[in-house]
Amino acid sequence: MPIDVDVAHVANLARLALSPEELDRYRQELGVILEHASRVQQVETSGIMPLSHPLGSGNVFRPDEPSPSLDREEVLEMAPESRDGFFVTPPALD
Amino acid sequence: MNWAPVIGIEVHVELDTASKMFCGCRVSFGDPPNTNVCPVCLALPGSLPVPNREAIERIIRLGLALNCRINPGSVFHRKNYYYADLPKNYQISQFDIPVCVDGWLDVESDEGSFRVGIERVHMEEDTGKSVHVGEGGRIHTAAETLVDFNRAGTPLVEIVSRPDLRSAADARAYTQELRAVVAETGVSDARMERGSVRFDANVSIRPPQSQKLGVKVEIKNMNSFRSLEKAIRAEVDRQVELVEAGEKVVMETRHWDESAGITHGMRTKEGSSDYRYFTEPDLAPMVFSESWVQEARSQIPELPARRRERYRHLGLNPGSARVLAGSEPDLRGLFEDAVESGAAPVPAANWVTGDITASLRRRNACLGDVPLHGEDLAALTAMVSQGRISARAARQVLEGVMDGEGSPTRVARARNLEQISDQAALEQVVEEVMSAHSQAVERYRSGEKKVRGFLVGQVMRATSGRADPRAVNQILSTRL
Repeated sequence: MPIDVDVAHVANLARLALSPEELDRYRQELGVILEHASRVQQVETSGIMPLSHPLGSGNVFRPDEPSPSLDREEVLEMAPESRDGFFVTPPALD
Repeated sequence: MNWAPVIGIEVHVELDTASKMFCGCRVSFGDPPNTNVCPVCLALPGSLPVPNREAIERIIRLGLALNCRINPGSVFHRKNYYYADLPKNYQISQFDIPVCVDGWLDVESDEGSFRVGIERVHMEEDTGKSVHVGEGGRIHTAAETLVDFNRAGTPLVEIVSRPDLRSAADARAYTQELRAVVAETGVSDARMERGSVRFDANVSIRPPQSQKLGVKVEIKNMNSFRSLEKAIRAEVDRQVELVEAGEKVVMETRHWDESAGITHGMRTKEGSSDYRYFTEPDLAPMVFSESWVQEARSQIPELPARRRERYRHLGLNPGSARVLAGSEPDLRGLFEDAVESGAAPVPAANWVTGDITASLRRRNACLGDVPLHGEDLAALTAMVSQGRISARAARQVLEGVMDGEGSPTRVARARNLEQISDQAALEQVVEEVMSAHSQAVERYRSGEKKVRGFLVGQVMRATSGRADPRAVNQILSTRL
């Protein structure tokens, strides 16, 4: 049976504005996906090493050596608004 | 009713590696905004993070210094939330398998010693810096936000304590000790004024005998020991007032407003599940071999607790050992050099933490700026203990040495500060004083014993304070 999802809450966390129709559609679709996930969770896994990454034990690192950064003008050109070298955003807490 | 606070602290430490955690941009404080940024730390599409090996080595070293166990392997997670200074909309952090777990730190304060459990030490990345503009720059009234991503992606270590702290003062003592360990292990410059070390506190209250924890409130935005202590006090007071008024403490995150001295509730509160942690698919798991951990262990220098113990074994009292162990490395070095040159540890420590520190402060100088070395301090303490100079003259000798006038012996001689302990010379002076003040001598002999102090004073005056008071008293005893 599909699992009930609070899509409005999840959408809010993802900062997505969904219409009532979309909320309803995603609730059904996500419910089916979660039902599938819950079936996967029932698989007996004791004694099997957890795999957090398909690459296995990677230990992929880089040495602590600085490399050139981007040109600031080029960076700020991507921003809708900038001033004095800063990105400008709406008030952060609202 | 009395309420017992229960406090846990999260300490964030910025590592001062040459480059950022997942890209090659420089870690640099005070550069013009957005000059140390690249596709990775700006989260441009298609960019991929690669962890900085040096940062991992440092967190292992710090974890070991905090008596933690190093997990055999560790993975990064994504912590998802939205904020203007977080370009990816997630922070690369760690969740269930941090690098270090289950440690502790012993803390010594004026009120005694206590041990604080350390739940975990994990690796993450710092955010950018936001400047909130308008209405005095306060976060809750800002009209817009300016963002600088130079700091975004700086290696950040989070040290999470167990809720073992019982007062704001304990929290302060713990964080100060922790900062000392961070500085000592060399993982960070640990500069408070740059925000290299920052605190969040989890605060709850409960009746004194209760074992059950109360509802906890997280307070954020403290970046000095003083504001940490003040914020915890204010939050405990707020919770006590609430509970005594019959209301309930609500689990929430509150923001410390330094200028107002109060905490504000923040409008958004995301629970752990709201962060939707999942393993970072762009980063391979890490595996820490035994030899790697051993290597890190061998790089831990002497830590403050061990140093305090060593100083106590040299005969210093606990308070003095604590002050000296916590002083700047060059000052401790001076003390150790002096002891090596034969100085008695107790007076040498008193000189270092007392007059020498005070004099440097007056001069607005550091030790490297003045020609004062361990052997000078050893000579100075020897001259005092042998009675060659008075304690007062010793201070002047010290100033002379620091002014570059030469060795203590030379300064004492040049400034004419050596005590006169030549018996014949002193007797001569006493004779002169007694005949110049024959009335006083008479009064003394007729029973006015306090006149003796006057006579000693006159001898000191006649010798510009250089007479050895003990010898003067002896001579006076025989003559009177």
